Amino acid sequence: MKDITVAEVVAGIKSGDISCEELISGIYERIERSELNCYITLNRDKAIEEAIRVDKNREAYMDKRLLGVPIAIKDSISTAGIQTTCASKILTGYVPPYDATVIEALKREGAIIIGKTNMDEFCMGTSTETSYYGPTLNPHDHTRVPGGSSGGSAAAVSAGEALIALGSDTGGSIRCPASFCGVVGLKPTYGLVSRYGLIAYANSLEQIGPIATNVRDTALLLEVISAKDERDSTQIKIDNNSNSNYVFKTEKNGEDVRGLRIGVCREFLEGVAPEVEESVWHAIYKFEDLGASYEEISLKYLKYALAAYYIIAMSEASSNLARFDGLRYGLRLDMDADWHTTFSRIRGEGFGEEVKRRIILGTYALSVGYYGRYYLKALKIRTLIKREFEAALRAYDILAMPTMPCVAFKLGERIKDPLSLYLADVNTVPVNLAGLPSISVPCGVFNGLPIGLQLVSGQFQEDKIINAAMAYESSFKVFSS
Amino acid sequence: MIKREEIEHIAWLARIELDEGEKERFEKQLGSILDYFSVLDELDTEGVEPTYHVVGLRDVMRRDEPKEPLSQEEALKNAPKRDGGYFKGPRIF
Repeated sequence: MKDITVAEVVAGIKSGDISCEELISGIYERIERSELNCYITLNRDKAIEEAIRVDKNREAYMDKRLLGVPIAIKDSISTAGIQTTCASKILTGYVPPYDATVIEALKREGAIIIGKTNMDEFCMGTSTETSYYGPTLNPHDHTRVPGGSSGGSAAAVSAGEALIALGSDTGGSIRCPASFCGVVGLKPTYGLVSRYGLIAYANSLEQIGPIATNVRDTALLLEVISAKDERDSTQIKIDNNSNSNYVFKTEKNGEDVRGLRIGVCREFLEGVAPEVEESVWHAIYKFEDLGASYEEISLKYLKYALAAYYIIAMSEASSNLARFDGLRYGLRLDMDADWHTTFSRIRGEGFGEEVKRRIILGTYALSVGYYGRYYLKALKIRTLIKREFEAALRAYDILAMPTMPCVAFKLGERIKDPLSLYLADVNTVPVNLAGLPSISVPCGVFNGLPIGLQLVSGQFQEDKIINAAMAYESSFKVFSS
Repeated sequence: MIKREEIEHIAWLARIELDEGEKERFEKQLGSILDYFSVLDELDTEGVEPTYHVVGLRDVMRRDEPKEPLSQEEALKNAPKRDGGYFKGPRIF
């Protein structure tokens, strides 16, 4: 799976050289043999049925851009008729009656949903260890975490248990597992991809985005899911034929980075493991060899980003997760007590500890007496960070930095100390505060563990980071085996 | 720096029942997280506008056209308890 691209699979299925049924069955056989725990729910029967239909009627599907492509979907994204749990006990058994907009788009283009992937409960985590369904293992080392929160999606793509995947990214949840698993992941500009059907954690920060083994597939998947949607009022309406035609745009640019100006921010290198810093510098020198230039810069408000991010995310979570009460869906307990007591017990039993911690801290940050000190303050700092990024991105085309400050850590190593896990998000959360797009691409290996390079550009300038990442990737194949 | 009574109060506001072990762990963990958050206190943000949303959209409108909604059966399908065509909640008192 690793060496085959989406374009090759689609062409093979359309010409009849690849049997879609064999491809999909092969994926399920691999999943069955796997110890990784990438999936919470499999869609086997329907997927194989769909594959048979594709093989039989391929002439009728020649216009479909993802025909027969096996895709994994993070369990935070609603799929009609397929259980969607957000890796929480409180949503176990919930089967959405409707599809998220991105799922409609995937089906329109002929993609085949393999299953719903494991994640940190309600996207709250950096290691996929807060899942009610147990952790996912890192495909490169089974004693280590795959990153999170979209750990199942990234591990599935890395291990060939799907060709491509969707994740969602509130503060790094696509880029972190992409970095730890050695695959490509992109968080789109806030407002590019519809969030309709994404189960909300922190809705002013999060976006659904693509995960793939290479940049071109990532760009193609982004193109498919950034279709217009009236049902998300925060989505920016852009013309699908020009602005978001990433594959076309990057082909036109010819993977050329000559003249590209890269900003390297010192603050993003502070506290980073030496092997990661070295690998990222090598990547930056590579860009120089390809004709780009770089300069070191400083963003002085960055040191406040992590605290501001967590305060905003937790505050939004405390409001968004108020809907889970066991009334319309989800866990319900057999007890004869009043409304408030019943709901408190259902939520006490249905949510895991990290979710409870964040709801309680968010409630605290929004409560009388603390609102100004925490929530409002964080929103003001968000303004400063956003402005600082905008100024930097006027002077430079893109910014480059390590995605994660370290390689994948051991299972169980940080989960008991929540703050130590939060600190691992230091390089990924700033762009969510500013709504900027960013991509993580593999740039090296240390002791067999992947290292990720993160590239950031201005709002709706996905083409810049995609083009740069593609140029880098084709000049330097890290995981060619 | 957060007292147990405060945690109990906030948890009740959030309608989350905590067991004794959780209360004990949260006292320590929430304290160290709030300590970390206090880094924001050192920055003067007087006169800075808050950013609730990054894209600057305002008053997004669409046509008010009737569309096919979920059927009552679909809407109720996931309800753990129901009575006829209704969701059945716990008693109020």
